[in-house]
Amino acid sequence: MDDIKRKLLKPSKETHQESIGRTICYICTTLIVLMVILILYFIIARGLATFTVNHVNLWDFLSKSNWAPTQVDAHGKPEIGALPMIVTSFSVTILAALVATPFAIAAAIFMVVLAPKRGKKILQTVVELLVGIPSVVYGFIGLMVVVPIIRHIWGGTGFGILSGTLVLFVMILPTITSLTVDSLEAVPRYLLDASLSLGATSWQTIYKVMLRSATPGILTAIIFGMARAFGEALAVQMVIGNAAIMPKNLLTPSATLTSQLTTEIGNTISGTLPNNALWSLGLILLLMSLVFNIAVKLIGKKGMINNESKNR
Amino acid sequence: MNPRIANKIAHGVIYTLVAIVIIILIFLISYILVNGLPYVTPHFLSAPSQVMNAGGGIRDQLFNSIYLLILTLIISFPIALGAGIYLSEYGSGKISGLIRTTIEVLSSLPSIIVGLFVYLLFVIRFHIGFSILSGAVALTFFNLPILTRNIEDSFQSVPNLQREAGISLGLSHWKTITGVIFPEAIPGIITGIILSSGRVFGEAAALIYTSGQSAPVVNYADWNPFDAASFLNPMRPAETLAVHIWKLNTEGLVPDAKQISSGSSAILILVILIFNISAHFLGNYLYRHITSSSK
Repeated sequence: MDDIKRKLLKPSKETHQESIGRTICYICTTLIVLMVILILYFIIARGLATFTVNHVNLWDFLSKSNWAPTQVDAHGKPEIGALPMIVTSFSVTILAALVATPFAIAAAIFMVVLAPKRGKKILQTVVELLVGIPSVVYGFIGLMVVVPIIRHIWGGTGFGILSGTLVLFVMILPTITSLTVDSLEAVPRYLLDASLSLGATSWQTIYKVMLRSATPGILTAIIFGMARAFGEALAVQMVIGNAAIMPKNLLTPSATLTSQLTTEIGNTISGTLPNNALWSLGLILLLMSLVFNIAVKLIGKKGMINNESKNR
Repeated sequence: MNPRIANKIAHGVIYTLVAIVIIILIFLISYILVNGLPYVTPHFLSAPSQVMNAGGGIRDQLFNSIYLLILTLIISFPIALGAGIYLSEYGSGKISGLIRTTIEVLSSLPSIIVGLFVYLLFVIRFHIGFSILSGAVALTFFNLPILTRNIEDSFQSVPNLQREAGISLGLSHWKTITGVIFPEAIPGIITGIILSSGRVFGEAAALIYTSGQSAPVVNYADWNPFDAASFLNPMRPAETLAVHIWKLNTEGLVPDAKQISSGSSAILILVILIFNISAHFLGNYLYRHITSSSK
């Protein structure tokens, strides 16, 4: 009798397995969270060293346009003005998004409204293939095709913001397209039916009902595209020209935050000012990617509130 | 403007833009294949790369890419599986929302930042140096968010009815997960693994400062992974195919850099295409076989 009683009172084998399995899952999840915290901590700590250890003025760093970390200016201060890289990074990102958005929205409308059967299948494949092409291959084609064409038309070296924009445009096109398709498909059918039954043309319905209703989703899509463009390193690095000077126009060689990091971090010694300055560029990249994340969250929240009030 | 004319114009514009997108893709793929495939010869695939002279191959780079991919999957899959199960089956409320946000942050970090972090921590601080291991860790960071999300989705797509059935039979939650839900989620998980493999295979930015930019000569007959010259040694620097393309075009010294890059690009694209197509078919095949569904 006692044996059975003990058996009944003890946790079963299954309970053991349950707690072990659950613990393993918890550990894995914690591991990922720890990894993210580690990345944030290390990049922030290293990025801030320029200002805390080397006592560089934050405002100088953000607003001056001379980037020569190994040299000092007339006042004996190191010349690390990151403005050229910041301007170039934002220029290529915004320009690429501006060029890509009309194409992405057109492709999404085509897939959702105009040719939902065959057209969707074809463009879906196109988008998947474009996503699959690695960034170095984009960079290589940019180097072989885009740069020579630009050199041929406008002269100069062909390297610069324009080349970077054209390469990034193709790279972020699939991102924006597929997210826009999702948001267009989420527009309730009855809104479109109502508009069409009022006698609106298909374009009026698309423009005045569908796109308006999907605006938060489309904005999210564009931000995701911009985040990808902002963080893209190698493809841009191969066509931008890598000269850390203030870009005068779209055709002169310049450098983005990512390209400067890629080319220079191997040439500097850890712990020195030139190295710390590069980590500060990395910190800007990190902060911007967090900003993009927060923007997406805010838009998502706003879109949700609108939908809720509509439903009421 | 007359709405009907506006309608026509708008449609025309949309069709033109879509046509341009399709033309761009056709141009990209055909440019890579037309320029690259002529250089893909048995010699190109089996010869080691050259530093100064023409006629180098990509044998070591190709092997490194594959080896790195396998190591990355070995490290990242168990973690992603655990986290995916947590998010789908155990997690709820505020904490899992927070964890989801964290994973989103990880997935949106630029890959160069991830690469530099691993460079800082593993390559420099832990004195591991440029190595396949460091590269695999960097790629794990890069791969984890995609894989976790995919596994979570695969688990989520299993109908709740199955969970209820498992629990009502008296199985523990864990037994239900491993015995009922996991098998049904396998096709989705496999598709996800192959698709993420394609991305890992083409990744370069996270690797240039982790697995390094050199491909030392390795001995393919030496199967001892602890031997320095062995091809399986995870502590040796290893330039992958994608890094090789980048390196050749930025500081390459070989006269035939363009040809080698074209050939390597074609191989990369082909491998990724095969990954994508096989993911599609394998997913469908497994789904039919495991679930005996007629779909």
